[in-house]
Amino acid sequence: MLSRLDLLESEAVHLIREVVAEFDRPALLFSGGKDSAVLLRLAEKALAPAPIPFPVLHVDTGHNFEEVLDFRDRRAAELGVRLVVASVQESIDAGRVAEPTGKGASRNRAQTVTLLDAIAEHRFDALFGGARRDEERARAKERMLSFRDSFGQWDPRNQRPELWNLYNGMIHPGENVRAFPLSNWTERDVWAYIEREGVELPSLYFAHDRKVFERDGMLLADTPFLPREPGEQLVERSVRFRTVGDMTCTGAVPSTAATVAEVIAEIAATRVSERGQTRADDRASAAAMEDRKREGYF
Amino acid sequence: MSDAPVFAPADSLLRFATAGAVDDGKSTLIGRLLHDSRSLLADQLEALELASRERGNAELDLAMLTDGLRAEREQGITIDVAHRYFETARRAFIIADTPGHAQYTRNMVTGASTAGLAIVLVDARNGLTEQSRRHAVLAGLLRVPRLVLAVNKMDLVGFDETAFRAITGEFAAFTAQLGLREVTAIPISALRGDNVVHRSEAMPWYDGPALLEHLEDVEVTDEGAAGEFRLPVQCTIRAPGYRGYAGQIASGSIAPGEEVLHLPSGMRSRVVAVDTADGELDRGRAPQSVTVRLADDIDIGRGDMLCAPANPPVAATELTASVCWMSAGSALEPGTRLLLKHTTRTVKALVSGIGDRLEITTLERGPAERLQLNEIGEVGLRLAQPVFCDPYAGNRFTGGAVLIDEATHATVGAVMITGAR
Repeated sequence: MLSRLDLLESEAVHLIREVVAEFDRPALLFSGGKDSAVLLRLAEKALAPAPIPFPVLHVDTGHNFEEVLDFRDRRAAELGVRLVVASVQESIDAGRVAEPTGKGASRNRAQTVTLLDAIAEHRFDALFGGARRDEERARAKERMLSFRDSFGQWDPRNQRPELWNLYNGMIHPGENVRAFPLSNWTERDVWAYIEREGVELPSLYFAHDRKVFERDGMLLADTPFLPREPGEQLVERSVRFRTVGDMTCTGAVPSTAATVAEVIAEIAATRVSERGQTRADDRASAAAMEDRKREGYF
Repeated sequence: MSDAPVFAPADSLLRFATAGAVDDGKSTLIGRLLHDSRSLLADQLEALELASRERGNAELDLAMLTDGLRAEREQGITIDVAHRYFETARRAFIIADTPGHAQYTRNMVTGASTAGLAIVLVDARNGLTEQSRRHAVLAGLLRVPRLVLAVNKMDLVGFDETAFRAITGEFAAFTAQLGLREVTAIPISALRGDNVVHRSEAMPWYDGPALLEHLEDVEVTDEGAAGEFRLPVQCTIRAPGYRGYAGQIASGSIAPGEEVLHLPSGMRSRVVAVDTADGELDRGRAPQSVTVRLADDIDIGRGDMLCAPANPPVAATELTASVCWMSAGSALEPGTRLLLKHTTRTVKALVSGIGDRLEITTLERGPAERLQLNEIGEVGLRLAQPVFCDPYAGNRFTGGAVLIDEATHATVGAVMITGAR
C-alpha cells in the first residue's frame, strides 16, 4: 500500500506531467507561501532529472512581506527558473485598477486584473496554483484542471466532468486552465510533506517576535499600508503566520512554534481553521472567495 | 484537550462518493459526519450557527456546511460535486459530495469514477425512487467496489425495522442484476445522528456498525496493483545522459530487468531502471508515478503504452462501450464525430451505432436511436488510431475514457469499454 502522502504526491505528479505534455505555455503561480513552495517541489520532482521547464509567476500586490519576497527571489534563482513578477502597483499606476480605499481596504481583490493581464501578456495557457479544496467551500467545488474562458472566468455550473485520472485540457486560443495538483491535500498533509521533504519556507511561518495590533480578533502586522484605527494598540508578541498573503489582510496567530514539528503539533491542537483565523478577505461575505474566483482569481 | 479533533498518523485514505435524491438528507448526513467526528473547527461552527439563525432555523442546519456556492445556499440545493476532507484516528477520508438532481447525473459519474465506496441515501418514508435506482446503477456501472445503502430519516418512520427491511429487500432484488460486489445497509437518522458516528439506541434491532465505523473498517487497497502491468506514457523526460518515459502506472508492477512490450510498435525491451525523484525503485506499482528507462532505443512518445508482453491490452480501432451521455446541448447518435481521450492518448472517434439504451428504473435494455443527456447505452465507436485498452470491468484506468466535443471542447461522455478489436 502506498502511504497517503505518497498517493497524494503521485496524483499531483501525474497532473503536473499532463499539463506539461498538453500545454504550450504553462507557468506556476508562486507566492512564496507554503502551498506554492510545496507545489514547486512537486514540479521539481515530476520532471527530474530535467529542470523545471516553465516560469514561475508572482502577482505582487506591493504589500507583501519582505521575508517572503526575499524567499521568492532566492528559490527561483536556486532552481534556475524564470521569475515573472506582475505588479498590482503598475496596474494601479496604469489606471487598470483603482486603489481600494476605506477600512479593511486590501489589494487582494485587485490582484485579479493584474493576473489576467499577465496571462494575456505572456500568453500563458495553463497556470499551476497551490489552492486546496479543504481551504474554503467555494474551493471545494473546484476541479483539478479548471477551465477558464477567454475572460478568465470560472463558471461553477458548467465545469467539465473529471473522470478517473483523465483531464480534458483542450482549449481555444485565449482561454486558459488552472491546474491544482494540491486539490486533495489538507493543511496537515502540506505540513507533513514539508517535514518529510525538508521543504524550505519563509521565516514568517515560524514563531518570531513582531509588532502587531488586534482587529476583528486577528493580529495584523505593523505596516504603513494598514493605518490603525483609534484604540488599536501596537504590541510586541511572539507570532507566526499560517498563510502568507497581502500584509493588509493576512493575520498572524500567537505561537511559540519554531520548528516544523512544533507547527504540526500546534495545528493538530487548534480549534480554528486556517482561513478563518488568518484571512480577512474571506470574511467580507459568505461568497467572497466564490466571487473572486468567478472574476478570474486563482 | 478532550474536545480537540483527534489527530493520529492515519495513513490510509478512503475516497467515497455520496449520492441521493434531493431532500433525502445527503448534505445533512455529510454535515453530521463532520460535526460528530469533531472535524469542524470553531470558526466553521460559528459561521454555521450564524447562517442557520439567519435562515430562521432554531437548530444547526448541518446541510449548510456543504452548500458552497451562492446559488446553492439561496436555492437550498447542491449544484456541483464538492470535495470534503476529514479524518479520524484510524483513517483519512475524501468525500465526493455529488448532487441529487437528475440533471447533474454527470457529476455523480464524476464523483464515483475514483471512489472506493459509494453511499446511496434513501428516504425511509419513500423507499427506492428513480434517483436511488439511478445511483445504484451508476455505482455498478462505474465498478465502485463497495456500496452502502443508507436508509435515512428512520426517526420519521418510528425507527421501524419492517420499513428498513422492506427497502433493503427491494434494493437487494434490484441490485442483484448490477454486479455490485459488496452492499451494506445501515438505518440512520442524519438529522438526529443515529448510527452516523455513534450507534443508535433507538434501533436495538440493528446490530451492525454505525456508518463511520463501517467507513473506518472497510478494506482499502491500491487500485490495479494486482493487475497486469500497464504504463501509459505521459511524456519523455530528457536531461544530459538521461532519457526516460514518465507516467502513472495504471495497473500491475514493474521492476528492473523485466521485459516490456511497447505499443503501438510491438517492439520489446528490458527495463533498466524505474526512477522517481527520490531514486530508483526495486519495483514500481500502481498507482505510482514513475519514469522508466529502457535498454533499447525505441521511438516512444506521449500516448504510447508500455505493458506486460504476456498479456498486453488490445490495440483497438473498434470499441463497444457503455456510454453515459453528459451533454445538454446535443445528443449522441450514429455519425456523431467526437474526440476520445483514453489514458494519455486522444483520437478522433465516430459513433458507428447505438446498440441499446438502459432503462434506469427497470434495468431493461431497449432499442435507441440516440442518447440524450444523462442517458446510458451501449455504443459502437470507430477510432482513427488505435487505443490500447482493457475491458472496464477489469481495469478502471485502461478501460475508461471520455468523449470530448471537437467544437466546444466540452467533456460530453463517460465511456466504459466492454469490447474492443
